[in-house]
Amino acid sequence: MMLTIKDLHARVEDKIILKGLNLTVKPGEVHAIMGPNGAGKSTLGYVMSGRDGYELVSGSIEMNGEDLMEMDIEERAQQGLFLAFQYPVEIPGVSNMEFMKESVNAIRKARGEEALTAAEFLKIAKEACKQVNLPLDFLKRGVNEGFSGGEKKRNEIMQLILLKPKLVILDESDSGLDIDALKVVADGVNSQRDGKRSFIVVTHYQRLLDFIEPDYVHILADGKIVKSGGPELAKEVESTGYAWLGKPEEAGA
Amino acid sequence: MSEQIEKAIARKYDAGFVSEIESDTFPPGLDEDVIRRISEMKNEPEWMLEWRLQAFRSWLKMKEPDWAHLGYERIDYQSISYYSAPKSMKDKPKSLDEVDPELIRTYEKLGIPLHEQKMLAGVAVDAVFDSVSVVTTFRAKLEEAGVIFCPISEAIQKYPELVKKYLGSVVPRSDNFFAALNCAVFTDGSFVYIPKGVRCPMELSTYFRINELNTGQFERTLIIADEGSHVSYLEGCTAPQRDENQLHAAVVELVALDDAEIKYSTVQNWYPGDENGKGGIYNFVTKRGIAHKNSKISWTQVETGSAITWKYPSCILKGDNSVGEFYSVALTRGRQQADTGTKMIHLGKNTKSTIVSKGISAGNSSNAYRGLVKMGPGADGARNHTECDSLLIGDKCAAHTFPYIESSNPSAIVEHEATTSKVSDDQMFLCKQRGLDAEKAVSMIVNGFCKEVFKELPMEFAVEAGKLLEISLEGSVG
Ligand SMILES: Nc1ncnc2c1ncn2[C@@H]1O[C@H](COP(=O)(O)OP(=O)(O)OP(=O)(O)O)[C@@H](O)[C@H]1O
Ligand SMILES: [Mg+2]
Repeated sequence: MMLTIKDLHARVEDKIILKGLNLTVKPGEVHAIMGPNGAGKSTLGYVMSGRDGYELVSGSIEMNGEDLMEMDIEERAQQGLFLAFQYPVEIPGVSNMEFMKESVNAIRKARGEEALTAAEFLKIAKEACKQVNLPLDFLKRGVNEGFSGGEKKRNEIMQLILLKPKLVILDESDSGLDIDALKVVADGVNSQRDGKRSFIVVTHYQRLLDFIEPDYVHILADGKIVKSGGPELAKEVESTGYAWLGKPEEAGA
Repeated sequence: MSEQIEKAIARKYDAGFVSEIESDTFPPGLDEDVIRRISEMKNEPEWMLEWRLQAFRSWLKMKEPDWAHLGYERIDYQSISYYSAPKSMKDKPKSLDEVDPELIRTYEKLGIPLHEQKMLAGVAVDAVFDSVSVVTTFRAKLEEAGVIFCPISEAIQKYPELVKKYLGSVVPRSDNFFAALNCAVFTDGSFVYIPKGVRCPMELSTYFRINELNTGQFERTLIIADEGSHVSYLEGCTAPQRDENQLHAAVVELVALDDAEIKYSTVQNWYPGDENGKGGIYNFVTKRGIAHKNSKISWTQVETGSAITWKYPSCILKGDNSVGEFYSVALTRGRQQADTGTKMIHLGKNTKSTIVSKGISAGNSSNAYRGLVKMGPGADGARNHTECDSLLIGDKCAAHTFPYIESSNPSAIVEHEATTSKVSDDQMFLCKQRGLDAEKAVSMIVNGFCKEVFKELPMEFAVEAGKLLEISLEGSVG
């Protein structure tokens, strides 16, 4: 099993956000997660990746049979967990190229592979850059420094392509994208679907799922998965919203 | 996360070893006799002794400055030894073969090979050990170009006219407390003269090393770039790890005549003391250049060492169209304190200055930028641009900015930008999520912050400076 989450309870500060979440993902599967604002979707990604301040209260998360909660953030990344951020942060002065080269080599090292030379890396970086339709000078620019919202999202996908992770969480990689960029992001993601790599796609909109076809769709509300189904569930949400969940004031409270 | 960042920057000082070298060292204490003996040891002409004594007499009347944002116990100037020289240097070696091998090993350990065949291509080195210059490399090649690069003690003997004309012409003897002390007791340093129209064929560099216990190091550097000439000069500094504080009070004077250009870079890595603030170098330095017509003086500094740094490399932009630049990275950690910055004194028309200061504070350290931009009445059309950025690592450190602007010319333009940022948890999280450990993440973020300054350093040293920052930030991550 790629991912097994059992009865996950997690808190941020003093507030319990995830309240008994279960999810299993097999290799090669794509799971979409939808749900109202504040439901805990980003929190799930943060807890999985080990962000400080996001604390496990009870339950378990295993990736490829290993307990994720026992690992440091970087160890989880080295084991193949990748999170594409909802709000990518800037690192001024550190070139995208340098950042990604260090990342790729840190992960290669953890896998016992040799570091790529500057020339080798440059070659694959250029390809990835073209693939997400960013001009090559984005490799030289500071990480996310002055990038537009859409460019930041495409930059995340470029990192995904370069890092070759096993399990990918895309946190609203479609928000703020124009329709062409949406296609670029979706194509980028689809190019990484190889039957083994698994994806958790967090989104509010059906239109992304037109391009990245999910195997399953889950509705996350108030810290739990309240409904699961096939792609048709996303279409249902698109037309009816979340009113059927009831008590909307509590969902985001 | 901040705790982890702090652990990631625990200290480690690679240059902290002590060399076993026999030395002639004066007993601690300072009076006119000591100065006479220094002058005698150096076989100096009468005028030089007189110059020193006058400086000493004015020093006696001066008060140690206390306006800087620094806290330290007052220095007992009578407890310091003012002269120390390796014994084997007594009859000055004629060539490297005659230099004590232990000395050469010391420099090799520091990564500064003095054998020319092993040297970085294209860099001439003057090595100053405690109070004396040990060796200057590539002299023949420089002489061919007419460039003089030698210990200042030698210049006093060989080129008295140049020394008399320029020594003290930029930093007057009574300029400030530490400069006056330096004038009285300086023992060695480097002297550079670039003749008219000559582009110095290689980088010049001086490595300073304090070895002896309880010795002060008071070096003196004088660089004269004659009309239309060009030189790039770099100094590096290290000292052993000792529990006692040691005093370093240098004076550097730069003279850029019409159309000349001097680029002066410093990588300062004196021993900073331990994490509780025990030991370390007190670095009280006066650096100043005078820029004549159409000339340019550029200071670049990377300051990572010293318990206390008090240093304001300055430019007097006297000639019309002259240019002054100051690029600085100052990193403080543990209990280090730095009060550093620059003064840009615009006197000529259309003079321009640029100040880029990057202060990085970590641990319990304190890092202050202090800068003065002065526009004289004759500075028509003069411009200054100052950018002053502070980066905080953790939340026990402090950054301060003290910009002073004095303008007596309405046509002059002064711009000042300042920012303070933190190595944020978000940035650390992004780096780690991409597989990087905390140390690598911090050093990458800090290096990125310093990029604008590093690109001003000569190539070889930019790499060195980046590594130095990385080592300075190295430690265990919990
Ligand atoms: N650091 C924090 N301190 C306090 N509350 C927090 C913190 N981080 C998240 N929360 C709260 O946790 C809840 C879940 O947030 P989360 O970001 O996971 O929602 P989401 O489902 O991703 O929403 P959106 O669709 O708007 O992105 C929200 O109510 C949010 O305010
Ligand atoms: Mg979210």
